[in-house]
Amino acid sequence: MTTTTPAANSYAGRAAATVEPEAQIKRRRGFRADRRPGKLVYLALAGVALFSAFPLYWSLVVASHDNGILGQVPPPLGLGGNLFANLDRAFGTVPFFKALLNSVIISGAITFSVVLFSTLAGFSFAKLRFKGRNALLVVIIATMMIPNQLGIIPLYMLMAKIEWTGTLYAVVAPGLVSAFGVFFMTQYLREAVPDELLEAARVDGCTTIRIFWHVILPASKPAAAVLGMLTFMTAWNDFFWPLVVLTPEDPTVQTALSTLASGYIQDYSLSLTGTAIATVPLLVVFGLLGKYIIGGIMQGAVKS
Amino acid sequence: MKNALYRLDLKASPYLYVVPFFVLFAAFGVFPLAYTAWVSLHDWSLLSDTHTFVGIQNYKDLFADEYFWNALRNTAQIWVMSTVPQLIMALVLAHVLNQRLRAPTFWRMTALLPNITSVAAVAIIFGQIFGKDYGLINWLLDSLGLGRIDWQAGTASSQIAISVMIIWRWTGYNALIYLAAMQAVSKDLYDAASLDGASSFQQLTRITVPAIRPTIIFTVIISTIGGMQVLAEPLLFGGASVTGGSDRQFQTLSLYLYEVGFSRFDFGYASTAAWVMFFIIVIVAGINYFLTSRVRSSR
Repeated sequence: MTTTTPAANSYAGRAAATVEPEAQIKRRRGFRADRRPGKLVYLALAGVALFSAFPLYWSLVVASHDNGILGQVPPPLGLGGNLFANLDRAFGTVPFFKALLNSVIISGAITFSVVLFSTLAGFSFAKLRFKGRNALLVVIIATMMIPNQLGIIPLYMLMAKIEWTGTLYAVVAPGLVSAFGVFFMTQYLREAVPDELLEAARVDGCTTIRIFWHVILPASKPAAAVLGMLTFMTAWNDFFWPLVVLTPEDPTVQTALSTLASGYIQDYSLSLTGTAIATVPLLVVFGLLGKYIIGGIMQGAVKS
Repeated sequence: MKNALYRLDLKASPYLYVVPFFVLFAAFGVFPLAYTAWVSLHDWSLLSDTHTFVGIQNYKDLFADEYFWNALRNTAQIWVMSTVPQLIMALVLAHVLNQRLRAPTFWRMTALLPNITSVAAVAIIFGQIFGKDYGLINWLLDSLGLGRIDWQAGTASSQIAISVMIIWRWTGYNALIYLAAMQAVSKDLYDAASLDGASSFQQLTRITVPAIRPTIIFTVIISTIGGMQVLAEPLLFGGASVTGGSDRQFQTLSLYLYEVGFSRFDFGYASTAAWVMFFIIVIVAGINYFLTSRVRSSR
């Protein structure tokens, strides 16, 4: 099954690689008539921005008050002074320090591995000739359509057999490679590295591995950064598999949240303090690197 | 000698570089999926060491299982209620973003903000907002004199709440995918339409939508696969209970799989549910392929 993804456009990769000056963007891309949008458009966009940001802001409001405020009419819309007391309670209820450390280790290991193996395989698919190349690439694209969730029972049995359940290895292992990553890198390297350059390197007597090291790796940096960020975010936010394979005593940030939210009596300021702990680090990263992440998604990232 | 090495390098390297991916992917991706089929043919429980071969008995049981049909119906309802508004809003938002805006990156970032938030956090935050006694929405309804709704208790209301979570998290993401496709549409078409006096809305429906139809179908498929995997929202909305509400009113297929597999530890039956879910995805993907090829041939 082949669906054309937005990644299949001729600017794949380059848009994320270089931030071009405003003027060029306008000349090159399809925009409607040269009228500047009016105030109404900005008002609508401000509405969208408010809709996007409000739930997150509200979670901070609840996290910074004690539970007493929730019954208030009208509810407060400003931040309260109870955040540190709630943080104390949250860190006392579930092992959040451990969870944050686990999440960083897991997401970091997965990101490193995905970027490395995707660049290796992407180089091979994009620039080397071998039998069965196209068939293998089609297989990879097809597997992007299969949710890993469906193999979760035998995956759990496998982890139990090699006695990895409850350890970080069990969370990292299934994430070590990504079909999307290979596809993404293949697309990028096709465009980014001219064939003449590789031929020149061959003539100079470079082995394939030296070409990879000296030509491909430097050229792939921009795409690797984007792929790395998307992979890190996905791994950081992953919920189902860590929930299944880890214990509540040794959780990731996301499964620690589920511990906080369980039970019939909802302690809202506690559980929303938890969501703040889980989301704020990622929001900071997004604030700093957002435009590259946008570039990556606009080249056709796939929901994972 | 040197020549032979050089030839070996040329021949072997390409395979060498794709091997790590395929080996790891086979071990942790393909093998579990294939093994699921095998396990589904057994009476296979974590609680006993004997795994009796039972053929298709699990499948017969599943198709007679009222909880399975309930979960399938809930999943389909939540999928429709979340996907249709989400994709329509994403189209409109992308259309608005596809203008010569000031600070385009800022607006794109605000659109993507919800998608950065983890699904667990979204479920917990919205669980509070839709809370019966202290929820913002009920406070709003109350102050308008409309009375409070027990969002979790009702079938429709709980599924609406879960759909809202999904819509909030994915609309901006899909808008960016559409925006990427829209930027490849020729500007001359819009200019000509403007000269003919077409409104912005007409330009969206007459030019943009036909031009990016393959991308729209792609997002429908991706949303289908995502819809089959909805788990965290119903799980956390119900206070981490695996049944998805007291009457299973918002238990999805994935949540049912989780209940059977990891609270009843009936691996054989859970694998059967997984394999059936896989077939549902294949059928939908097949319909998609059929639609896509029709779109291509009608051009």
